[in-house]
Amino acid sequence: MNPSTTQASSQNRIVVRAEDVWKSYDDGAIEVLKGANFEAAEGQTVALCGPSGCGKSTLLHLFGGLDSPDRGRVSVNGMEINRHSDLLRLLRHEVGFVFQLHNLIPDLTLEENCLIPTVAAGIDRRTAQARLRQLTDRTGLTHRLGHRIQKLSGGERQRTALCRALMNKPKILLADEPTGSLDESASAAVFELLLDIVATEGATLVMATHDHSLAERCDRLLEMHGGRIHEPEYAR
Amino acid sequence: MIYLRLIVTNLRRHRIRSFISIAGIAFSVAAMLTVVTILQGAIGMFSGILSSDSEIIVFERNVSDLFFSNVPAAAAEQIAGWPMVLHADPVLFGIVSSADHPIITCFGVTAADARIRKATWLEGDRLAFAHHSDDVVLGERAAEFLGARLDDHVPIGHGVFHVIGILKTANGFEDGGVFMPLSSAQGFFHKEVTSSVITVKLRNKDDAASFKTMVKEKFPNLIGLESAEFTRSYSQFKILKATAWAVGGCGLLLGGLGVANTMIMSVFTRIREIAILRVNGFSHLQVAAMIFGESGVVSLLGAVLGLATGTCLLFILKQVPALHGYVDVTVQPFVLLIVILLALITGIAGALYPAAYAMRIRAVEALRFE
Repeated sequence: MNPSTTQASSQNRIVVRAEDVWKSYDDGAIEVLKGANFEAAEGQTVALCGPSGCGKSTLLHLFGGLDSPDRGRVSVNGMEINRHSDLLRLLRHEVGFVFQLHNLIPDLTLEENCLIPTVAAGIDRRTAQARLRQLTDRTGLTHRLGHRIQKLSGGERQRTALCRALMNKPKILLADEPTGSLDESASAAVFELLLDIVATEGATLVMATHDHSLAERCDRLLEMHGGRIHEPEYAR
Repeated sequence: MIYLRLIVTNLRRHRIRSFISIAGIAFSVAAMLTVVTILQGAIGMFSGILSSDSEIIVFERNVSDLFFSNVPAAAAEQIAGWPMVLHADPVLFGIVSSADHPIITCFGVTAADARIRKATWLEGDRLAFAHHSDDVVLGERAAEFLGARLDDHVPIGHGVFHVIGILKTANGFEDGGVFMPLSSAQGFFHKEVTSSVITVKLRNKDDAASFKTMVKEKFPNLIGLESAEFTRSYSQFKILKATAWAVGGCGLLLGGLGVANTMIMSVFTRIREIAILRVNGFSHLQVAAMIFGESGVVSLLGAVLGLATGTCLLFILKQVPALHGYVDVTVQPFVLLIVILLALITGIAGALYPAAYAMRIRAVEALRFE
């Protein structure tokens, strides 16, 4: 693989980087990443496409510090995640996650779910509420603030997950199949919102998706297979 | 606030399980409170017997139980003559039995003893006490369970005694006891010219230290202790207190196991939820604090419910005639404090393993496989 194919073309600062990253499971029986290289610049939107099991989620987890590579280097904002305190800072301030399954706490309200990252980060309630209001206004969820997650539709749940991910103003948004559990219209709406908010917030989006039509709307489209990352000819 | 919501939400999510845990702690607290309070009451009553109209008790040094103490009558006579002493009353304790009642406490006392002088005589005349060797005075409750009335002859132990009076005291032990002249008791219990203790009232309380020193010098085999000192140091009381706390402690241990079970199940059933919190920046300590918070709430609710139940139970027990005088519904503040503290410690201890387990949850695995 030519590493240059996965490099960010933007002149902006590189905020997410993977260098020759290897990752396997079951004591090496399942090799997922085999020397993957990746770069994403500040403010870029990058789509990672590929079949199930190709390592998209694994790569996102590595970027978010939820897992560590067997070999190679992963850095976010120029920082390698080696210590617990680094990880906490990363999760609280640097990155936000949006998953395919919304991963909200069903018995809490929309508001309470969204405030969780602010509680973890020790952000004062007034600031947190103001930020929440700003995000829910943008996502059209303000009227649902006091509603429990069970009462929300699939699209609303995913928009809530998006709000939660952005509560602490992360510089990087890691989205793992963010529209994978939604129907076509809801999927399109959520994706529009995602792109819009990311652009407004100036965040970098790294998104794993099966959906090429969505992926093509990102600044860059990368494909994963064989444990490596390629930038397809058609996407250059 | 969110913390509290997370805690309460999880407890509400599994209401039955949470309730069982709370009930477990509550029953343990109630049992501990009841046992300890009854025992404190019993100890208080026993101390009351020894300290009625007296400040110092003199008894045989190094005896494990006052029933085994032998104080020579000569010592009582000498002590009574010391200038600092207002009065010194020898008292002989004995255990006797009668039909259907294996244990009746017997007090061998002189006519001058405060128990005879100051008690409320329901029947009979206090001036008639100690005129005949087979005369006895019964406590109100003793008269009740022996079915005896004034002038009856009642079999007690190996003898038959003439009831010359029935008296009422505030002390359960005394109310359930038999009073006989000291000389009769000495003969009855084969303890001629001895008593179990001498209860001493001083002219001036400030002389207590010099009195105790004198006892030590003049009677090396005896020891004099002030009432509070005696209550603290008497080995029987220590054993009883330790037993009560141990019984209560075992109860709390069981309650703690209940909390541990609940918390383990609670953690196991929401591994994904804990992973979500971790992904959203919760530290190991924040996750652990949430688990400890849950067990703390369970313990606190259990403790409050247990204290309420225990107090009600004590109130009901107080109404039982057989326990008259034994139960003091007034819960001592330090007992309250210790019970609440123990309940909280139990809850926290019960959450140790679940919290450690929750802290070890790897978000990436929980999110991928669950």
